[in-house]
Amino acid sequence: MQFLTLVAVLLLMSAAVYRMGRGRAQVLAGTEARSLHSLPSYYGYYVALWCGIPALLLIVGWLSLEPFILRSLVVDALPTEAKALSPARLSLLMNEVRQLAASGDFRFSSGPVASAAAEQYRGLRATSFGAMTVLALSLAVGGAVYGMRAISPKLRARNRVESAVKVFLVASSTLAIFTTIGIVLSLLFESLLFFQKVPLTDFLFGLNWSPQTAMRADQVGASGSFGAVPLFAGTLLISVIAMFVAVPIGLLSAIYMAEYAHPKFRSIAKPLLEVLAGIPTVVYGFFAVLAVAPFLRSIGQSVGISIASESAMATGIVMGVMIIPFISSLSDDVICAVPDSLRHGAYGLGATRSETIKQVVIPAALPGIIGGILLAVSRAIGETMIVVMAAGLSAHLTANPFASVTTVTVQIVTLLVGDQEFDSPKTLSAFALGLVLFVVTLALNVVALHVVRKYREKYD
Amino acid sequence: MTEAVEQLRASVIAGKVGARLQRRYAAEKRFRVYGVAAIAIALSFLAVLLVSIIAQGYSAFVQTEVRLTLDLDPAVIDPDGKRDHATLSSADYATVIRNALLARFPDADDRVGRRELSHMMSQGAELEVRKLVLADPSVIGSRREMWLPVAAPVDQLIKGNMERAPDKGGQFKERELARIDALKADGSLQTRFNRWLFTEGDSRQPELAGLWGAVVGSFYSLLVTLALSFPLGVATAVYLEEFASRSRWTDVIEVNINNLAAVPSIVFGLLGLEIFLNLFELPRSSPLVGGLVLTLVSLPTIIIAARVALKAVPPWIREAALGLGASRLQMVAHHVLPLAMPGILTGTIIGMARAVGESAPLLMIGMVAFIVDVPATPMDPATALPVQVYLWAASPERAFIERTSAAIIVLLCFLAVMNATAIYLRKRFERRW
Repeated sequence: MQFLTLVAVLLLMSAAVYRMGRGRAQVLAGTEARSLHSLPSYYGYYVALWCGIPALLLIVGWLSLEPFILRSLVVDALPTEAKALSPARLSLLMNEVRQLAASGDFRFSSGPVASAAAEQYRGLRATSFGAMTVLALSLAVGGAVYGMRAISPKLRARNRVESAVKVFLVASSTLAIFTTIGIVLSLLFESLLFFQKVPLTDFLFGLNWSPQTAMRADQVGASGSFGAVPLFAGTLLISVIAMFVAVPIGLLSAIYMAEYAHPKFRSIAKPLLEVLAGIPTVVYGFFAVLAVAPFLRSIGQSVGISIASESAMATGIVMGVMIIPFISSLSDDVICAVPDSLRHGAYGLGATRSETIKQVVIPAALPGIIGGILLAVSRAIGETMIVVMAAGLSAHLTANPFASVTTVTVQIVTLLVGDQEFDSPKTLSAFALGLVLFVVTLALNVVALHVVRKYREKYD
Repeated sequence: MTEAVEQLRASVIAGKVGARLQRRYAAEKRFRVYGVAAIAIALSFLAVLLVSIIAQGYSAFVQTEVRLTLDLDPAVIDPDGKRDHATLSSADYATVIRNALLARFPDADDRVGRRELSHMMSQGAELEVRKLVLADPSVIGSRREMWLPVAAPVDQLIKGNMERAPDKGGQFKERELARIDALKADGSLQTRFNRWLFTEGDSRQPELAGLWGAVVGSFYSLLVTLALSFPLGVATAVYLEEFASRSRWTDVIEVNINNLAAVPSIVFGLLGLEIFLNLFELPRSSPLVGGLVLTLVSLPTIIIAARVALKAVPPWIREAALGLGASRLQMVAHHVLPLAMPGILTGTIIGMARAVGESAPLLMIGMVAFIVDVPATPMDPATALPVQVYLWAASPERAFIERTSAAIIVLLCFLAVMNATAIYLRKRFERRW
């Protein structure tokens, strides 16, 4: 809250300084407006930037370094026996200290060491915030004074302001790259820790997944086992079922919309189909649990098959429904992009419309359609909420669509929701699963985009 | 002779060709039917989904309440007569309510009967009476008529979600049912608008659980997301479309944006957990971190939409501006951006609508905790609307199914409003050149 006030004060100062700068430029110009290099408002922006930017940069830098410095200061001040703790225990202690300091309520403290450290942490943080406020405000005032001093008719204010804006544009466009790097680094870092404890081959090819590590070291199955094949198989099973639902329905409706439908029908049916894409996945998950799974169960009972209440079938069908609009809109685009000359040629040879579609349009659009299907597969693999709510938790290696299976994303969620210890293989395995998920979906996307682009070039 | 042969041949051909034509036309018809059937199946899924959710959820917007004449007896509420805040906030309002019920059903005055009466009312009833007394202590000693909420099982019974007969899974004994019927018969038991749903945070008691905390949490997250992703997205799009020349560097950026658009959202959650929570030690479960993660999720959508909108502005606008002496930045800021703004805003709203419905990354950063308080700032722990749906869906009580559906209806209403705004903007301001 204090922080937001500080930022608001800085923004207000910049706004005030903008007016001052503009006024000063107008005074300098007097009646001869042409003697100024730039329009007066650029002088205002120039001063406002000098006032706001250095202070905001200082705040960002300060806040990103603060946790590390505070941590090392607090750790230094710990009694020697606490410093001798293993790094993992020490980080647990520091977590507690931070939480105590944040809540300000020491009743649940684990001991005097933690309480004292939390007290110190609180004090340091208050000091740090005070110092930051003073520095930022004086930087803002200093910047404003410098900017005001620099104003003269010859100052190339517009060029200066424009180059500052351009720096901002370039910087924000690199954010996408930093995000990718951030994803790769954070996944890789924890995964490497995981693979130090569990060999990569055990993880990728092991057939048994039971990440529950025991409390005591001598308990049965104390090490947990991290063979992820059942998860991959479960993910694949559900995705295949989803594709069996989504591809025929999505493709046929796209063909009908693009080739047959009256424009009026199209203008109503197409947005309605897109509504399916706009419904949050958590709603689909609830729908699967509430309606589809019980419905399948009752059908199964009347036919005499036993269908698990968390069956891959129910999950897959609902996921397929979610993906229908994705496939239909992508296929619609590529079908519409097939040149009419091909269709007219086929009609001229006496083909009916469906023959034209099946033998000319679809083959021509096939690369684009396959690209769309690949993108849909990658979405099905990464889909989380539907499977978390409707699929099972325990890992079975089975190809029976009526059994309960679990998926990669379900396991990531179950492993990371709740208390986490960042030194146990159980928590770290979630990051290894995330890495696999990221690599697989990335590969699918790269291939799909490549195929689609190749196809586009053919008809452009 | 030859004429006859010709005729014969013609008729054979006509028969064969005719049969073939028939088959081909039949195939044509079948194919059309497949197409219509596919659309019908997809739309009927949509209809079934919406109808089943609304059918389950509409009843959660009302709550059964009982009209009771309370005797606010000073001997029960404040025996010492101090009238101070501490005494009044911890007073025994349960007894006040039970006495009112006993006055209505004098035959229930035994140990079992009293327990049955207490179980009829929600804990929210006590909170209501407490609120009344704390707001104005002078009501103590008077008699008051109030509408108070009943417990969830009674509510479900009245709404017809629970069987009456005890042997079919009903929870109530004959005489309890008789009491409920007696109250209903004289109009003292009615379903009224469920105000708790829109004013309270989460609760373990289904009849007191509200959405307000989640709505506020979603609102703060969205505020952070909008404040970051709109300027950053527009800046990226402007740079790529208007300033950057095609180079290897811009290719790398483009490929990155396209790939990020297809990365599963849960991976962004892992990034948030690792970078924002573990590295920068930002507050766990807070809408601030939720907003940061959702920014990364929605940025690619906004960038792509903004680029399409910028591309749609015809080049002669730019040439005219440059020809009159504008600098490149002036051309963009004064001419191109205003013309592209409706398209950019439409894309932004659609990106925000997606962020509102997104829940997987929020699970990773701890926005799934059970939080009763309504968050006051973006730094306080909170949940979001879709996460609340997930949490309630996991609760076993029958009454929570109804509330989950109600939460979904509220969520879908928000999304419908956002998307309708986007469509309106597009229709109203779209320009064809």
